[in-house]
Amino acid sequence: MLDALSAWLTFDLMGLTPGTHLGEAVWFFLYDVPKVLLLLVSVVFLMGVVHSYISPERTRAWLANKPLGLGNVMAAGLGIVTPFCSCSAVPLFIGFLSAGVPLGVTFSFLISAPMVNEVALALLFGLFGWKVAALYLGLGLAVAIVAGLVIGRLGMEHHLEDWVRKIQMGAAPDLGNGTPTWRDRFRSGTAHVKEIVGRVWPWLIAGIAIGAGIHGYVPQDLMAGIMGKEQWWAVPAAVLLGVPMYSNAAGILPVIQALLGKGAALGTVLAFMMSVIALSAPEMVILRKVLKPTLIAVFAGVVAAGIMLVGFVFNAVL
Amino acid sequence: MKNVKVLGSGCANCETTAKLIADIADAKGIQIELEKVTDMAAILGYGVMTTPGVVIDGKVVHAGGVPDRDKVAGWLAPAAGGGGCCGGCC
Repeated sequence: MLDALSAWLTFDLMGLTPGTHLGEAVWFFLYDVPKVLLLLVSVVFLMGVVHSYISPERTRAWLANKPLGLGNVMAAGLGIVTPFCSCSAVPLFIGFLSAGVPLGVTFSFLISAPMVNEVALALLFGLFGWKVAALYLGLGLAVAIVAGLVIGRLGMEHHLEDWVRKIQMGAAPDLGNGTPTWRDRFRSGTAHVKEIVGRVWPWLIAGIAIGAGIHGYVPQDLMAGIMGKEQWWAVPAAVLLGVPMYSNAAGILPVIQALLGKGAALGTVLAFMMSVIALSAPEMVILRKVLKPTLIAVFAGVVAAGIMLVGFVFNAVL
Repeated sequence: MKNVKVLGSGCANCETTAKLIADIADAKGIQIELEKVTDMAAILGYGVMTTPGVVIDGKVVHAGGVPDRDKVAGWLAPAAGGGGCCGGCC
């Protein structure tokens, strides 16, 4: 239906010719924007409702004293659905550790939470279809679980900054919220949409506009030479390139989709995206407050290795 | 006068929260003493692990995210009687 509507708007109403650069670009834009926005709003709304069932305090209680393995799997899953903003990463990290959540399990949570986020999933679903979204979900979880397991096995507790281990965490406050009603849950959903979609929509539109430009104007297979499957170094290069970038999935995915259409390999671009989201330089700076350099390096190394593996697997399979 | 502390490491949401509380207090003509607590050990000492958190007269009333306007107005409303809460009295 959207397909027909956007074609009508572009070719009939605006009188552009199908097959021309401008016509293709405008059609692509008018088709993608409503489709992706609709999906994004629904997924974010649902996630807001889910948030009303789960709080970081609850997640912490579930994860406390769980063994490595089971704990990592639970932590990676809970990382997707637990509401918390990235600026809370440090207090959350310390809060988890002080309540007896093992270090490796805490890392699984901290890796999965930003990487497998609802915006990325909604956009992948909207732009690439459910198979790619499901693969991303599964592999993102796998990276978080395995990286947490490795860090847990290495027994790196003494690589936390000294002040972190000395900290006295107060008892969790009783906020007296009671059990939320359905009304509250829906309100949580709408609030989440306002917050997330309100923040990302300009990026999304800009991303789709750039993507539309690429779709209409960049010659076919231009990207195949740079980001295609044949270049083994493309995956590591994409991961490295992603580290200093700090962007959100909303702006970057539509561009990626357009690049794919021009011959870039999916594994390479997914590795790039995971790296942009999960290995951002600003986040390293925040984590440096609580982790000694060795542990930061191990964290970055393990996650980067995991992401590269995902990139290679995708390129090999698809 | 109520003492209001906003707990947070200085992220955008923490600033928004502090400003929101100051604005609402202003609009209602309520005098408050507003403090920003950025020291991580102090924040964790309150048992708060998601910022921004809000502490009114030493009691944590909120954690994680920017609070609703209604909620803030509720916290700032003068407590009835001799400083206790919940009294329905004049």
